[in-house]
Amino acid sequence: MRIERRLQQPRWLLFAVPAGSIVFAFFASGLVLLATGHNPLPAYRQIFDAAFVNNGAIGQTLIAATPLAFTGLAAAAAFRMRLFNIGGEGQLLIGAITADAAGLYFGGLGWPKPIVIAAMVAAGCAGGAAWASIPGVLRAFFKTNEIITSLMLNYVAAYLLTYLVFNTNSYWRQTTGFNASVFPTSKDLPSNALWPALTIHEQGGIPLPLGAGLAVLAALVLWVLYTRTRFGFEAQVLGDSPRAARYAGMRTRRKILAVMAISGAIAGLGGASQDGDFRQTLDADPNGLQKQYYGYTGIVVAALGRYNPLAVVLVAVLIGGLQNAGNVLQGADFPSGLVGVMQGIILFSALGGELLVRYRFTFKRQARAETVEATT
Amino acid sequence: MRGITKRFPGVLANDGVDFEAAAGEVHALLGENGAGKSTLSNILTGLYRPDEGEIFLHGEQVDFHVPRDALDAGICMVHQHFRLVEPFTVAENVVLGDHRGEGRAFRLRHRAIERRVGELSTRYGLHVDPRARIWQLSLGEQQRVEILKALYREARILILDEPTAVLTPQEADVLFETLREMANEGRTVIFISHKLHEVKAVADRVTVLRGGRTIATVSTAEATPRSLASLMVGRELESITRSADPGGRGPGAAVLELEGVWAQGDRGDAAVRGVTLDVCAGEVVAIAGVAGNGQRELAETIAGIRHQTEGEVRVGGRKLRGDPRAAQAAGVAYVPEDRLGTGVAPSMSIASNLVLRSYREGYASHGPLLRLGAIRERAVDLIRAYRIAAPSPSTSARLLSGGNLQKVVLAREFSGKPKVVVAASPTRGLDVGAIETVHAYLRDAAAEGVAVLLISEDLDEILGLADRIAVMYEGAIVGVTSRADASVEEIGLQMAGGHDPRED
Repeated sequence: MRIERRLQQPRWLLFAVPAGSIVFAFFASGLVLLATGHNPLPAYRQIFDAAFVNNGAIGQTLIAATPLAFTGLAAAAAFRMRLFNIGGEGQLLIGAITADAAGLYFGGLGWPKPIVIAAMVAAGCAGGAAWASIPGVLRAFFKTNEIITSLMLNYVAAYLLTYLVFNTNSYWRQTTGFNASVFPTSKDLPSNALWPALTIHEQGGIPLPLGAGLAVLAALVLWVLYTRTRFGFEAQVLGDSPRAARYAGMRTRRKILAVMAISGAIAGLGGASQDGDFRQTLDADPNGLQKQYYGYTGIVVAALGRYNPLAVVLVAVLIGGLQNAGNVLQGADFPSGLVGVMQGIILFSALGGELLVRYRFTFKRQARAETVEATT
Repeated sequence: MRGITKRFPGVLANDGVDFEAAAGEVHALLGENGAGKSTLSNILTGLYRPDEGEIFLHGEQVDFHVPRDALDAGICMVHQHFRLVEPFTVAENVVLGDHRGEGRAFRLRHRAIERRVGELSTRYGLHVDPRARIWQLSLGEQQRVEILKALYREARILILDEPTAVLTPQEADVLFETLREMANEGRTVIFISHKLHEVKAVADRVTVLRGGRTIATVSTAEATPRSLASLMVGRELESITRSADPGGRGPGAAVLELEGVWAQGDRGDAAVRGVTLDVCAGEVVAIAGVAGNGQRELAETIAGIRHQTEGEVRVGGRKLRGDPRAAQAAGVAYVPEDRLGTGVAPSMSIASNLVLRSYREGYASHGPLLRLGAIRERAVDLIRAYRIAAPSPSTSARLLSGGNLQKVVLAREFSGKPKVVVAASPTRGLDVGAIETVHAYLRDAAAEGVAVLLISEDLDEILGLADRIAVMYEGAIVGVTSRADASVEEIGLQMAGGHDPRED
């Protein structure tokens, strides 16, 4: 058997391979389920029902999918220029911190709800963008590897969040009331800083959080940016060949800064949505924002969506559904860890499937090799 | 080798090739790019296995499964891109992978190996210090290490893939003497080339390949460069010798002016040292020189990709300084040497690559938005005008052959109505047909009044195209002659820094 590079990548493979990867992942996970004493088919049925069919399931799935869409889009935005922003996690946390501050402050002033929300969105984006700009500046001016810097800053952001909740003088800390005297906690957002949700009246109501709408909007904007604009063109050239970009007179540093900032802003918006849509406070409890690892799952989502913004949203809904099902089904006869195992297998099959898109296998006895080599 | 056939996806690289070489001869393998020379030698060295056909060595049929089988049978190859370990010494490289002799020992007996390598290098005139490390050596010296490697293993058959590409004419002459010497001892030397005069100079017999088939095996004594060339390309060439002066067109005003230009290389050394040169409208000025003597850095400085540290670059009277956009606006078109990495963004489409340098202009974009329809239309037009063989404008650039890729670059650069064209090794690695096309475009550009600066290592190309020839050596221009006064000997000598290695 030989592996050789495909000269042309057939279009149908781009769809067949991800679909095949998912089928394979379900098969492989089935083996795991069998080994742990579960019948896979009913288990899958259970998962599917819990994710998309049961009463309120879709609503829960969308809630789980929204942050993944944001962090997925953030990773995809940077990767289009071959920048590996692993810092979506930290940028999301910082976005939540700044958006929360904006909500507390402007909400506290009693400003009208739309303005408070707009301020929170702006603050979330600005916070995420600023945090992402740290690896951006280091990369642009000192050629520091952005993978390491952005990753390390995730820990800084997480500790910063904890500090802001625990510190006595913190603006974010709740200082009055019964709960606050038992354990340190953060202030709740005032009611005019809470984000609205559209409810679709079907099957007992499907809430459509504002954040989900913003995520779709962000995906559309990114898609237009990367396929229709000079900015996207330059980013693609830079990602493909920095030397060609330099030759074409593109401004490399500026572009790195801009792309990192955009990536960070999207992750930060995800943090704002967590704060305004769902949590309504900047919490530090054991199941708090730092323990969800949305940033890391987002990288998986982006990879599965092949860094295409629209596909990323779709994948976020699928993975969100899986996570939601994991939470719902968690119990004695369905360990929640299984969902994590399935997620891992899906990722591995998808990345393995990537090989099939770019290479093909031949099972002939005679050896073959790449044409390009042969004609040198 | 009899009836060798080798298929690759979409290509029949060798189609029933017959080839034989006798002991004690230098046998040239001549053919255009893609004629199947490399494939054939890769089969002979065990790198590929043939789909059909048989190989006989000293009358016995052999079957090479892996390269080591061929090595054990005494077949060695000197590849175009050397297979040397840079931080290792010459002696270490020579024994590397030699699993029968010294290379097998756990602890290398450096002294003995160095002595043996030293002996071999004196005997065959392959001067190189056995203790030098590879990265310290010039390409010519590295090539000698590769040949020493083969001699050390007592190779009976030595294959050299375009060995003169990295050599000055004088170094090539020395190499030819070594090869003759080896043949006189009864070894077989297979010499792959597409340069006719070299084949004439060194080989006893020549096998011409074309389109994966054996066309003929002739003795070089009976062949003329013209007859070989027509065998190689399958048609009579217009003229492979130097063309006559293209008419009494006098050069116009100086368009590109370089005055005492200095520039740094990638390692921070002074790669360009005080170059002063003018190129007039309608004139082709060639810069000859062995690669790595500052030509690339000079070209990049003119194109604004590299900052000059001193001196002035003027185009049409406008001073330029390290800004690619300003250089482009002033009318500088640049055909970079590194086609795939710099000339195009390889995984992007042909259409995108055709606007790579002009996407900011009105036809291609409207404010921040791209006019995708117009970009595609333009791509369709240029693909037709420049006869680029491509399935569609959305095909990735990396899938194109070298010649078509170069046409994409030329189409882009020439369609911008340049005043100055800087072309760096524009025909390197292309086949004869594509080379003619590139030359025609450069000539046409000059005829239309463009100032052309051609950087090349190929003296035939330079003598065929240039009105004036400047030789660059260690970052400086060491001589400028008009074509009429140029002599290959003299230019070769200047390229080698005025030092003739035969006097060693």
